[in-house]
Amino acid sequence: MTILRSLAKIVSIFLFITLSSSIGNQLNAQDGKALFSQNCASCHAVNKKLTGPALAGVEDRWSDKKNLYAWIKNNQAFLKTGDAYANKLYNEYNKTAMNLFPNLSDKDIDAILAYIKSVPAAGAAPAGGAAATATAPAEDSDSSLVYGLLTLILAVVALILLQVNSNLKKLSDDKSGIPATEPVPFYRNKAYIAFVAIILFIAGGYMTTVGAMGLGRSKDYQPEQPIYYSHKVHAGVNQINCQYCHTGTYQGKQATLPSVNVCMNCHAAINEYKGEPLVRENGDVVDGTNEIKKLYKYAGFTEGQPWDASKAKPIEWVRIHNLPDHVYFNHAQHVNAGQVACQQCHGEIQKMGEVKQFADLSMGWCVNCHRATQVQFKDNGFYSIYEKFHADLKSGKMDSTKGVTVEKIGGTECQKCHY
Amino acid sequence: MEQNKNWQSFGELNKSAAYNQEVNNEFKEELPFVEDHSGFLQAKAPRRDFLKYLGFSTAAAAVAASCEMPIKKAIPFANKPEDIVPGIADYYATTYVQDGDVVSVVAKVRDGRPIKLEGNTLSPITGGGTSARVQAAVLDLYDTARLRFPTIAGKEATFEAVDKAVAAELAGNVVLVTSSITSPTTKEVIAKFLAKYPGSKHVTYDAVSFTGMLLANEASYGKRVIPSYHFEKAKAIVSLSADFLGTWLSPVEFARQYAIGKKIDEKNPAMSKHIHFETVASLTGSNADEKYLCRPSELGAIAVALLAAVKGGEISGIADAKLKAGIEAAAKALLTNKGAALVVAGSNNKDIQTVVNAINDAIGANGTTIDFAATVNYRQGIDSDFASLVDDMNAGKVNAVLFHGANPVYSWPAADKLKAALAKVKTKISFSSKVDETAAVCNYVIPEHHFLESWGDAEPVSGHISFIQPTIAPLFKTRAFQDSLLLWSGDATVYTNYVKNYWSSKLGGEAAWNKTLQDGVMNPATPATTATPALNASAVATSVAAVSAMKASTKIELALYEKVAIGAGQGASNPWLQELPDPVTRATWDNYIIVSPAMAKTLLNIDLNNAGQADAYEVQPPKKVVKLTVEGKTIELPVLIIPGTHPQTVGIALGYGRAESVGKAVIGTGKNAFPLACINNGTVNFSCSDVTLIATGATYPVALTQTHFRYDTTQGNRTEVMKELTLEEYKKNPKEIIEERAGEYRGQMVGGDKMSDEQVLENFAKDATIYPVYDRPGIKWGMSVDLNACNGCGACVVACNAENNVAIVGKPEVLRGHEMHWLRIDKYFSGDMENPKVVFQPLMCQHCDNAPCENVCPVAATNHSSEGLNQMTYNRCIGTRYCANNCPFKVRRFNWADYTGADSFPDNQVGEVNDVVLNMNDDLTRMVLNPDVTVRSRGVIEKCSFCVQRLQAAKLDAKKDSRPMVDSDIKVACQQSCPTNAISFGNANDKHSAITKVRVENPNRSFYVLEQLHVLPNVTYLAKVRNTEASEHAEKTEAKKA
Repeated sequence: MTILRSLAKIVSIFLFITLSSSIGNQLNAQDGKALFSQNCASCHAVNKKLTGPALAGVEDRWSDKKNLYAWIKNNQAFLKTGDAYANKLYNEYNKTAMNLFPNLSDKDIDAILAYIKSVPAAGAAPAGGAAATATAPAEDSDSSLVYGLLTLILAVVALILLQVNSNLKKLSDDKSGIPATEPVPFYRNKAYIAFVAIILFIAGGYMTTVGAMGLGRSKDYQPEQPIYYSHKVHAGVNQINCQYCHTGTYQGKQATLPSVNVCMNCHAAINEYKGEPLVRENGDVVDGTNEIKKLYKYAGFTEGQPWDASKAKPIEWVRIHNLPDHVYFNHAQHVNAGQVACQQCHGEIQKMGEVKQFADLSMGWCVNCHRATQVQFKDNGFYSIYEKFHADLKSGKMDSTKGVTVEKIGGTECQKCHY
Repeated sequence: MEQNKNWQSFGELNKSAAYNQEVNNEFKEELPFVEDHSGFLQAKAPRRDFLKYLGFSTAAAAVAASCEMPIKKAIPFANKPEDIVPGIADYYATTYVQDGDVVSVVAKVRDGRPIKLEGNTLSPITGGGTSARVQAAVLDLYDTARLRFPTIAGKEATFEAVDKAVAAELAGNVVLVTSSITSPTTKEVIAKFLAKYPGSKHVTYDAVSFTGMLLANEASYGKRVIPSYHFEKAKAIVSLSADFLGTWLSPVEFARQYAIGKKIDEKNPAMSKHIHFETVASLTGSNADEKYLCRPSELGAIAVALLAAVKGGEISGIADAKLKAGIEAAAKALLTNKGAALVVAGSNNKDIQTVVNAINDAIGANGTTIDFAATVNYRQGIDSDFASLVDDMNAGKVNAVLFHGANPVYSWPAADKLKAALAKVKTKISFSSKVDETAAVCNYVIPEHHFLESWGDAEPVSGHISFIQPTIAPLFKTRAFQDSLLLWSGDATVYTNYVKNYWSSKLGGEAAWNKTLQDGVMNPATPATTATPALNASAVATSVAAVSAMKASTKIELALYEKVAIGAGQGASNPWLQELPDPVTRATWDNYIIVSPAMAKTLLNIDLNNAGQADAYEVQPPKKVVKLTVEGKTIELPVLIIPGTHPQTVGIALGYGRAESVGKAVIGTGKNAFPLACINNGTVNFSCSDVTLIATGATYPVALTQTHFRYDTTQGNRTEVMKELTLEEYKKNPKEIIEERAGEYRGQMVGGDKMSDEQVLENFAKDATIYPVYDRPGIKWGMSVDLNACNGCGACVVACNAENNVAIVGKPEVLRGHEMHWLRIDKYFSGDMENPKVVFQPLMCQHCDNAPCENVCPVAATNHSSEGLNQMTYNRCIGTRYCANNCPFKVRRFNWADYTGADSFPDNQVGEVNDVVLNMNDDLTRMVLNPDVTVRSRGVIEKCSFCVQRLQAAKLDAKKDSRPMVDSDIKVACQQSCPTNAISFGNANDKHSAITKVRVENPNRSFYVLEQLHVLPNVTYLAKVRNTEASEHAEKTEAKKA
C-alpha cells in the first residue's frame, strides 16, 4: 500500500510540474503570436527574409537584451546611439526604416521573442507547418483542456485519498478487532463506478451537444483559393470600395463575386505587384505578380495585346460563407436598408490577406445582433408606418438611447429568415 | 342538431355513421401501431430491436455528420451582363399560346430560368388574369418527355439531315394541318410556304372546334368569324350549356368580364343575372344564379322556344314544366334588359347557333354585348375541312402532310380511319415537341420550341397584338416551326428576324418595337367600330325549321365535355394540372362517367338519401365501373355521382387516355373519350343520344378530394363557414349577415345583450377571450376573398403550386388524402339534391390571431409574427401533427413521404412515391422550383404562408427606396393569378390599402370563417349573393321553418 501511495505522490507532483510549466510557456507564446502577427508579420517572418531579416535566433544575435528592447521600440533613436550591429543591419536592408513600436512593453517583446523561439526552424518546415495548422484550432480549446486535466488529476488525488481513508479505517478496524469484510478493489467499488459513469455521462453529453451544435459551422474557415487574392491589398491599402467588386450588395440577396471583366478593368493595366510582401499565415511568401498572371490565364489575356473578353473563363473560387438552405439571407436588407458595415459580419476584411470566415454564422449570432442593433428608424421612410413607436420615442416611453431594435419590429421572428 | 344548409358530401347530408366517424379523425388512415400481445421479444417490433435501431441510427448519423464539410464553389460570371443580378428576378412580357388560346403573360426569370408566369396587366383582354393552364405552362418547359432532337423514323437526326430529306420529298399536294393560328407573322410564313408548293393547302384543325358558330355567323351575317363578347356589359346572361367560365372560347377573358357584373357595390346593390341550361354539371352552371337541367338533344328546342319567347310568342315543344318555367324566366330577364343582354350556346350545331344569333339580334345584343367589329381568332377550324382531307388522303391525293399544334390521331373521333388514311401519305412531318399520338405515326419529327423559348406574336382579338419573346435559350435541339417553313420555302431569314423586321417596320423603327416588346401588348388606340351587321332572316327561318325538326331523344344521352385543367388533352401530361381537383367533381388524375343521383338509383342501386348506401358509395375510393356503349363503341369507366346533372344524361371528360410517350403523368390516368363523339356531315358532335350503360361489377379507385379535410365537432363544423343570401334578401335587409353574426356572439360576451350588433362585432375580438390582445405596430397582413367574384376555376391553386414549391404527391397518395395543396377550393351544395346551388370557397391558412395550431406545437415550430402571420418553421418541425389536428380549417399539410427528394437519404423515396412524383424530382423538372422557398422534406407540416417570401421582398423594396410600402409592392400568388380579382391582399393597418378599402366598403357582407371559435382569422370573406327570384327565397324560408 505504501508503495502505491508514494507512487501516486510522485506521479501527481510530476504531472503538476510538467503541466504548469508547459501552460506557462504556451500562454506566453500564444500572446506573442498575436502580437507578432499584428506588429511584425508585415515585414518579418521567423524563418525567411522579407522586408526585414528572418527573426529566428534574433536573441542570440543581440548581445544585450536591453539593446534589443530599445531597438524594437524606437529603432531610429537606437541607431543614433551608434550601435555597430544595428547600423550594420540598417545598411544591409537598404536603409529601410523599421516602424516604431512605442506601445510595446518589455513583456510584450518577451512574448514575441518566446513565440519566435517556439517556431521550429526552417529545416523542419513540413512537420512544423502541419503542426502550426493543427495548433490553430487546439489553441482555442486550450483552457478547457487544462481544466479537464486539472479535474482529472484532482479526481485521481481524491481517489487516492479515499483509498487511503479506507485503508486507515481498515487498520483501525483491525486494531479494534472488528472482523474485516472481503476487501473490494476500488475499480469494483459500486460507488466509484457510479461516480465515474455520471462524470463520463455529463462530460460526454456536454461534448456531444457542443460538437453537434458546431456541426456545419466553420468559423475561421480559410481555404486556399485558386488565386491568392488579398483583400488587404485591394480594400485596405488601395482603398477600393467593397461595392466596386461586390456589386449585388446594395441591390440583392447575393453580394456577388466580381466577374473576370471587373478584375480586368484594373488589371489590364496593373500587371505586377510592387507593394508590401504578401505572406500567408503559415509564413509562405506569395509572389503577387505571379498571382496576377494567374488571373490573366483565366481572362485569356496576353500582355501587350488588346483583351478579348469573350475568351474569359470564370474563376472557381472556394465558397467560404455557407448558410444552410433553410435560411434566407439578403445582403441588401442588411447593407442597404440596415446600413450595416461589411466588417460587422465579415471581420476586418480590409486587413485580411486570404479571407477567413470571421463569424460562426450560427443562429444565436444572428439573433444576438438583431436584438441589439437599431434599425434606421428615423432615416428610412419605410418605418414611418410604425406610428406608435414614433410616438413612444417622442414621449420618452421608449428609451431613445436603445432605440428601435430589429427585434422590436419583428426581426427575431421565425419567418423573417426561414420560409 | 339542425340540418346543415350547406353540404359537401352525401354522408354529411344524411349525417351517416361513416361520416360521423370520419370527421372525428384528422387523418384518413389508421396510424401504424400494431396491437401485439405475443410477448416482449416475440413482438413484431420488440423494444430491444427499437433500441438497436436507435443506437445504430445515432451512431450512423454521428459518423455521417463528422465527415468533412464538402467544398463548395462560388463561380461568378466570366463577363457579367450589366442588367442581370444573381438573386434578383427579371420579368419579361411574353404570351402564353396553346393552340388557339392566347393569354398575355409576364414571365419571372430568376437566374436564367423562367419559374413563374403572371398575367400581363397591360392587356385589356385578360387584365392580368390567368388560368390554371397558363399557370402550369411553365412546368411544361421543363418536361422530361420533351423531344430533345429531331428524328427521322424515330431515330435521332441532325437538322441538316432532316432538311435534306424533306427537301427531296416535298412536292405536289402538300397539306399543312395546324391548330388555330393567331399569329399574323406565322400566317405570312405559311402563305409563303404554300406559294412555294403549288397545290398545297392549309387546313385548320381544332380538337374541339367552333364549326357550328363559324358557319352560323357566315349564314346569319355573311362573315365566317367569331365576334368578341362583353359579359361585363350584360345585365342578363343566358347560356345554353356554354361553359364560358371554364372552357368555352376564352375563359380567362370571360371570367374577368363576368365577375365585373357579379361584384356588388353594397350601397347600391345590383348585379347581372345568369340563367344556365345545363346537361352535365359544369363550372359555369355551378356559378349560375338559376340553373335548369336539360338533355343535350333538347338544347335546340330550348333555343327555338327562347327565340319565340323573346319575340313575344308562345313557348311550344317543351314538355318539362321546370324547363318551360326556365325559358320563361330567361326570356323575361332578356327582355327587361334589352340592349344589355346576351345569349351564348355551347353547341357545335350550325342551326342552333343560327337560332341563338336570332335571339341575340332580337334582344339587341349586337353592338353592345356582342362586338362584330372586333372578331376573335381563338378558333378558326372547320371540322368538314379536315374530314375531306381524310378522304383525300385515303384516296391517295396527298403527297405530304405537316402537323403543327394539331394532334388528330388522338382527337379525331374516327381515328382508325385517319390512321389508315395517313398510311397512304408518303411524307408525314410533325412539329410536336413531344412524340404525341400523331408524331408517333410521322416519318419526321422536328420538335418546336416551348413558347417560353420562342419569338413570335399573337392576335387574339383583331387589332390586339400580344408578343412572344424568349425567356431562356432553347433547352434542347429544337427549332421554331416557322423556321422550318421559311427554310423550305427558300427564305433565308430566320423567324426571329422575321418577327423583328415585320413589327419594326409596322411600328416605325426599332426603338418603338423595343418599347412595345417590353409592354408585351399592342392595343388599338380607339376600338374598331362597324355597323351592326344585318341578320339574314331567311337563314334563321331555315335553321328554326331544321332545329324544330330535331327530335329530342327519350333514351339516355352522353355529353362529352372538356375539363378546366386538362382541356382537349393539352394539360394531360402536366402533373400540376392532373392533381388540380376538377372544380366540378373535385376528382384528380382520372376521367369517369358523371351521372345524376337519380340515375345512380336506377343504374347502380345507390339511393343517396339512404345513409348506408351513400356511405357505401362515398367512403371508399373504389367506384363502380360501368360499360358505356354508343353506336357500337364502348368505354368502361368508373361512375361518379354529381348533383346538378340531368337525370337522363351522362358526361365523360375528353383529354384523357393519352399516349405514354407524352409524359409520366398520363400513365394510367383515364381513357380517351374522343372516339365516342360522332361526325355528322363532317362536323364533330360531342353529344350522343341513345347510350346504354351496364354495371360491370368491377370497381376502380378515383382520387376524389371532395370529402378530404373535413371538420365537424361540437364547436362548429366546416359547412357553417358559408354565408350566402339572395339579392332580394340583401336589398330587403342589408344587415342580415351582421345580425346573424352578432346574434351568435352576443352570448359569449359580458354585457353582450346590451350592445348593438355593430358593438358586438367590434368588441368580440377583445372581450370574448382570456388571451391578451397584442399590438400589431406597423404591418398587419390581411386578405379578403369575394365569394361573388370567385368562380372556382383553380388558377390560384396551380399558381400556389408554382410559387411555393408545393409538391405533387401522385394518385395513390391523393387516394389516401395526402395531397399537399396549400390552397383548396371547397365546393358546397345546398338545396335540391338533383339540381343544387353550388358555392365555391377558396380556403387557405386563415392566419388566425388566436391560432389553435400554435398552442399545441410542442416545439414552437409554428407561432405568430408581429405582422399577424401564422408562421411555420420547417426546420424546427418534428412532425407530431398536433397542429393539423387542432386546425379547424384543416389547411395544414403533412409531408407523409419524401415527395420532393429533399431528404438526405435517397432510399426514402423507394416504394413511397410513384413515377410521376419521382419525375418531379428530376434535375430538369426541378429547374422550375422557386429558389426563395424552402423545399420541404419528409415529416414536416407545411401550409399557406401568405407568400411570405413576397412580403419580405416587398418590404425590402420599400426600405431600399426609403418609403412606406404601397399596395403595388405586394401581390400574393393566388391574388395575382385570379382572373376575376376575387382576392384582395395587403396591410390592414394602412388606411389607404386595397384590403382596408374592401373591408370598409363591404361591412355588410364581410364575415370570418368559423368566427364563433374566436380564432380571429386574418382572412375575411364577402358573402355570396345570388341574383335569384324572390319567390324562391320565400320557399326556402318556408322549408327552413318546416
